[in-house]
Amino acid sequence: MMQVPFIEIKNVSKTFISHKRKFEVLKGVNLDIEPGDIFGIVGFSGAGKTTLIRCINGLEMASSGSIRVGKYQINKLSKKDVNVYRQKIGMVFQHFNLFDSRTVYGNVAFPLEIAKKNKEEIQERVLKILNLVGIVDKKDFYPGQLSGGQKQRVGIARALANHPSILLSDESTSALDPVTSMSVLDLLKDINKKLGLTIILITHSLDVVKYTCKNMAVLENGIIAEKGSVKEIFENPQSNTAKVFIKHNAYLANAYFSGEGIW
Amino acid sequence: MVEFFIRLFSQETTDIILPATLQTLYMVFVATPITIFFGLVFGSSLYITDKNGLYPMFIFNKTFGAIINAVLALPSMIVIILALPLSKFVVGVSYGPKACVIALTIVCTPIFSRLVESSILEVSKGKVEAAKSMGASTFDIILKVMLPEALPSLIRNFVVLTITLISITAIAGTFGAGGLGEVAVRFGYHRFRTDILLAAVLVLLVLVEGLQLLGDKLSKRMLKKRHLI
Ligand SMILES: Nc1ncnc2c1ncn2[C@@H]1O[C@H](COP(=O)(O)OP(=O)(O)OP(=O)(O)O)[C@@H](O)[C@H]1O
Ligand SMILES: [Mg+2]
Repeated sequence: MMQVPFIEIKNVSKTFISHKRKFEVLKGVNLDIEPGDIFGIVGFSGAGKTTLIRCINGLEMASSGSIRVGKYQINKLSKKDVNVYRQKIGMVFQHFNLFDSRTVYGNVAFPLEIAKKNKEEIQERVLKILNLVGIVDKKDFYPGQLSGGQKQRVGIARALANHPSILLSDESTSALDPVTSMSVLDLLKDINKKLGLTIILITHSLDVVKYTCKNMAVLENGIIAEKGSVKEIFENPQSNTAKVFIKHNAYLANAYFSGEGIW
Repeated sequence: MVEFFIRLFSQETTDIILPATLQTLYMVFVATPITIFFGLVFGSSLYITDKNGLYPMFIFNKTFGAIINAVLALPSMIVIILALPLSKFVVGVSYGPKACVIALTIVCTPIFSRLVESSILEVSKGKVEAAKSMGASTFDIILKVMLPEALPSLIRNFVVLTITLISITAIAGTFGAGGLGEVAVRFGYHRFRTDILLAAVLVLLVLVEGLQLLGDKLSKRMLKKRHLI
């Protein structure tokens, strides 16, 4: 059977106009992502990673080009359909963005309330997901009572609640210490395996990519500088960004862990 | 001096102050929920239709904002005078506490709308982004995210609103609205009864301080419950 790419990004450009000036943030991005992949996108600050991910879930509309996710053609969705589509896309944020007015339970229930599920359904689903991310004992806590790692688990649980087919993660471990960060990445890998969920992982850290992803792309000034399997790119980096990242990283790893560290 | 203080609590003073206090409370209790309702609706609309809002509507936003600012900028006495004919139309009379409630609502709604707008704006952008990314409608974002997240700040603004309402009832008192304001003007100003004036002021102070205390407590308790302080 021929595999049709699950996410198909074709020649996507995004231009922002602010203060009467044009900022071309994405300049013709082409990317195919297979279902069930954990796909890493790396690049320097300002390369356009967040913009790209926001185009994927329709928070931003591409200025030109097309994005297809499963059966959805994103640039052709009406405002109402965009909301229906987004209910099937989970998103995890660097700063968690949990609702302080809701308990852990309430946060995870939120997307289900939005999708108009009934109370019993919500309860069953929330408890199941909280179990999956290992935080069910904290269900009546408020976000203000949780550590960063626990908050991100809630963030992931909330993103998973409504059976999404894709999980978008924008720097979801950047605010966490290395050990906690690794446990969150383990959770993502586990979810990918158990639920067969496609994950797009944006990060600054090649360690994160190496540890978590199967395939990756390097974004450089709004274009894809290279893409391929993580193994290929690590063994033979072509783009400037990848070279700098890998060198920089080895240097840091040596400096911090001098051979015996956690990595 | 001692005599003066005794007169503050005399039967005569009580007979004048007590009904006036009840009238003031009546006006405040009726006007507060109406103003809160319209303030929440108007404040949210201002936020939603702003150019960086959930559903930008430039012309509506600017026009609506200008109307609100216009009412805000007029001295409340003028707004009350303008509102009296409207009261006659709505409740049938243009004097007394009932008529005054309409005028009070019109004076205070713009103030409270702006307070609601600023409370909502304090909610972090990330939370809005999260709600949007989950496919929440504008209505859900306001009702399920913005207002609950802003609640501690909103409660403090409810207090500001109620205190403003009390002080405006005092102004409305000069137009026959009744209440403590009218008593203060009628006895204190026209008849030089400083004792009654002082008693009226004392009751107003107690009301205001009590409300402030209650509001602070509620708001703090909510923040504590959410472990934000
Ligand atoms: N709404 C906007 N209006 C104007 N410019 C924008 C807007 N959003 C993003 N940009 C610009 O687009 C560029 C890319 O931003 P983006 O947030 O996508 O980068 P990033 O790769 O995610 O960076 P980081 O790693 O720091 O998160 C930046 O130069 C930014 O200033
Ligand atoms: Mg970013």
